[in-house]
Amino acid sequence: MPAIVPALIGITLIALGYFFYSKFIAEKIYQLDPEFETPAHALRDDVDFIPTNKFVLLGHHFTSVAGAAPIIGPAIAVIWGWLPAFIWVIGGTVFFAGVHDFGAVWASVRNEGRSIGSLTGDVVSHRARTLFMIVIFFLLMMVNAVFAVAISNAFVATPSSVIPAWSAIAVALVIGVLIYRMGVPILWPTIIGTIILYAVIWVGDAVPVALPETFMGLGAAPQWIIILFIYATIASLLPVWLLLQPRDFINGIQLIIGLALLFGAVFLANPEVVAPMYNTVVPDGTPPLLPLLFVTIACGALSGFHGLVASGTTSKQLDKDTDARFVGYLGSSGEGLLALVTIIAVSAGFASLGDWQAVYTDATSAGFPGTLGISTFVAGGSQIVSDGTPLSREFAQTLLAVMAVLFAGTTMDTGVRLQRYIVQEVGTTYKIPTLQNGYIATFVAVAFCLALAFGAGGRDGQGGMIIWPLFGTTNQLLAGLTLLVLSIMLVKLKRRYIFTLVPMVFVTLMALAAAVYQLWGLFYTDPNYFVGVIDVVIIIMAIFVLLESQSAFRRERSAVESSSEPSQADRLG
Amino acid sequence: MSWAGIKKKLRWLVYLATEAYNAPYRGAVARAKREQDDLFMLLIFSEMMGVPNPATYYTLELQPIMLEKFHEWHKRAGMEHSPLDDFRCC
Repeated sequence: MPAIVPALIGITLIALGYFFYSKFIAEKIYQLDPEFETPAHALRDDVDFIPTNKFVLLGHHFTSVAGAAPIIGPAIAVIWGWLPAFIWVIGGTVFFAGVHDFGAVWASVRNEGRSIGSLTGDVVSHRARTLFMIVIFFLLMMVNAVFAVAISNAFVATPSSVIPAWSAIAVALVIGVLIYRMGVPILWPTIIGTIILYAVIWVGDAVPVALPETFMGLGAAPQWIIILFIYATIASLLPVWLLLQPRDFINGIQLIIGLALLFGAVFLANPEVVAPMYNTVVPDGTPPLLPLLFVTIACGALSGFHGLVASGTTSKQLDKDTDARFVGYLGSSGEGLLALVTIIAVSAGFASLGDWQAVYTDATSAGFPGTLGISTFVAGGSQIVSDGTPLSREFAQTLLAVMAVLFAGTTMDTGVRLQRYIVQEVGTTYKIPTLQNGYIATFVAVAFCLALAFGAGGRDGQGGMIIWPLFGTTNQLLAGLTLLVLSIMLVKLKRRYIFTLVPMVFVTLMALAAAVYQLWGLFYTDPNYFVGVIDVVIIIMAIFVLLESQSAFRRERSAVESSSEPSQADRLG
Repeated sequence: MSWAGIKKKLRWLVYLATEAYNAPYRGAVARAKREQDDLFMLLIFSEMMGVPNPATYYTLELQPIMLEKFHEWHKRAGMEHSPLDDFRCC
């Protein structure tokens, strides 16, 4: 089958989802009101609360939610064939992620711009709020560990990406100083910085960098993991304007260029999809599609992390209530497109079915998901880009590897910083002054993440990707909690809640089933007690989410049925 | 399209890019700046905390320039009026 077919079908379905389904949700369920005074106006302080152009907000929301995860997840999930991944990405984007992201913006806007975590305490229960904080802590720990492993694997697989990826940090620092300290307008630093970034890719091709095979008993990948965490520690302590802000901006530009390049190449080269539609001969040790597919692809189909962005900054800057649909739904649609092009890259970027099978079997020879992820995306995507454009295969490989590494790297910067805030908050809550210190809190945060990266992967750190499905599980639990808040708000408003409740129950059950399935492997088939204990904690959290939702639903439905007073509904709606 | 039209479009693009750069971090940057400002303010008005400040004499002439910021600070610090007897604000 020509790759253009799934590409066109996917784009069309996502577009239909935006034009029709999101319109229905906006009008009938969330009932957006153009006259509603958003927190950006009502609480305007020109710092956190400030009305912002909807295109700017869309750009911010899209680039915040789309990163390395919608590349890694689908690249792994195509092991079960391209069709299941395609259906979950498109269906998930249209019916799950769009409603979730859009809903998180709406819920926050209707409650003075408060975050979903804070709303959980009021709308569901205080227990649910504690649960929310624990889930976030685990999510951040896993995202930092797993992205460090993914980047280290990419550096080992594509040594030409090392110089360009690290050069991007220097470019970001210079842009940050020029804009913030020297007041230079944004245009020229951005244009020149982007040109330099792509020019350095040629340097990377000419000078590939490989670390020694062993150093102090550590292989190349674990050495990279340690270097990355040292970097993340320093980066998370630097002022945001110096590194994080310009890095995020450059990544946003890269994301748009990368998406345009990949989709353009797919349409120009129109390669054949060689991966099986449904793979009946999966490599040994591959877990069953159900339920693992739904946690392997979290970002790209549904991700709880989006709710944090949507209710953290986006909702405080929304100019009009009706912009919530444009920003929230379209932002997640953009991420769905990235996941879609990844599916096409890893299923049509190989010469034959034999080549595809060889790549997926080799990568998972040491267990699922092995080294599948960025390197698989780079291998497939670069072939399509070099076929569809004048760029060479080597250049395309480096380009895509750098793009994915930068996405993952920026998430690590932010992740370690957020983890530090949580440790500091714990220090403040429990009156432990040592933990309130920024440096100590950062070291504690990094120690947790490093312990996970090596605890999961053993001394060589290579098996760290084993926690990828657990990361997806935690992410889905967070999404489940957000959808629970939305469903209960809708119950209170006496509106149809099926459109948020069904995704909530589905993802939470899938997350629970996936965690239970993995328990067997982690304690019996291929024991890894460290990760096993984390899995047990996740199972307990998933059960609590389900119990909380059941009790909250009962309580609210009986409250609504026994009372006809609209006051509470008015307050929330 | 006329040259003026192109320039207008470019200006719009630059505006979007500038906003896209600033919007996600406006709050974080402003808070970091506030912290620095608060520290600076504390240094200037440290004698009110009972901390002898040798720089007072030299920074006294900054006070008229700092008046607005001083006002914002004491409001933010939870003090309705100026905490200093000899430095009235509102």
